[in-house]
Amino acid sequence: MSMKATIRPVDSVTVVDVSGRITLGEGCTQLRELIRDQLSKGNKNILLNLADVTYIDSSGIGELVSAFTGVSKQGGALKLLNLTKKVHDLLQITKLYTVFDVHDDEAKAIGSFAKTTSA
Amino acid sequence: MRPLPDPMTPESSVVEVTLESDLKNVEVAEEITRRVAGTAGFDEDEQQRIEMAVHESMINAIWHGNKNDCSKSVWLHFKIHPDRLEIRVRDQGSGFDPSHLPDPRKDENLLSESGRGIFLIRTFMDEFRVEHVNGTGTEVTMVKRLGPGI
Repeated sequence: MSMKATIRPVDSVTVVDVSGRITLGEGCTQLRELIRDQLSKGNKNILLNLADVTYIDSSGIGELVSAFTGVSKQGGALKLLNLTKKVHDLLQITKLYTVFDVHDDEAKAIGSFAKTTSA
Repeated sequence: MRPLPDPMTPESSVVEVTLESDLKNVEVAEEITRRVAGTAGFDEDEQQRIEMAVHESMINAIWHGNKNDCSKSVWLHFKIHPDRLEIRVRDQGSGFDPSHLPDPRKDENLLSESGRGIFLIRTFMDEFRVEHVNGTGTEVTMVKRLGPGI
């Protein structure tokens, strides 16, 4: 199963519900193009909902890092929502848990963007 | 996708499969790995870690070793010992030196987009070594012992 993504605008935040596999090849390419597309539309506050991600590999983790740095460079913020245990463990092991702003409540995650961008 | 090889019989302790060097076959390797690791006696969490180590090894073999050339092959070998599972992944590439890879957890590497595959394999497996097999390619050997893991 490859990656699928559904985009929902909520207030000033673009919520992306991601499902399937974020792995080298199709999954990573899709995620990269999706982020690039959102940035080109001026959507710089992005919340990736990873609840239904079934598999992520080292390339997928690299793609999340790339998305994070790409959005930050544009003056926006990319945050993560609803990590599965597998993704959570991988971010802990790689120390990336300290880099990403991770949430498990969508409303609070949306609210946190206002605080970030109003600063 | 090629059909999976015959399931392991209860008395068998070795599984070998040769796959076309195509990213589509990474999922085939994952499925074989899950079944072998389950047969070897690893619990679900450990099966997932072993599966991920094989996933990363397959990616390295197909992408870096065989340079995404579908005319090449990746050879997978599983051997179940009473106390451990030994997995070998061989490609037809020229190899790499795992001793010179940077630690992806260091501050200066934290935002790097690559360089975490071998680190994950080393984290999830008890032993990891790379050997260049003269004239045939590069072979990665990984061992996971039965018992307390990470």
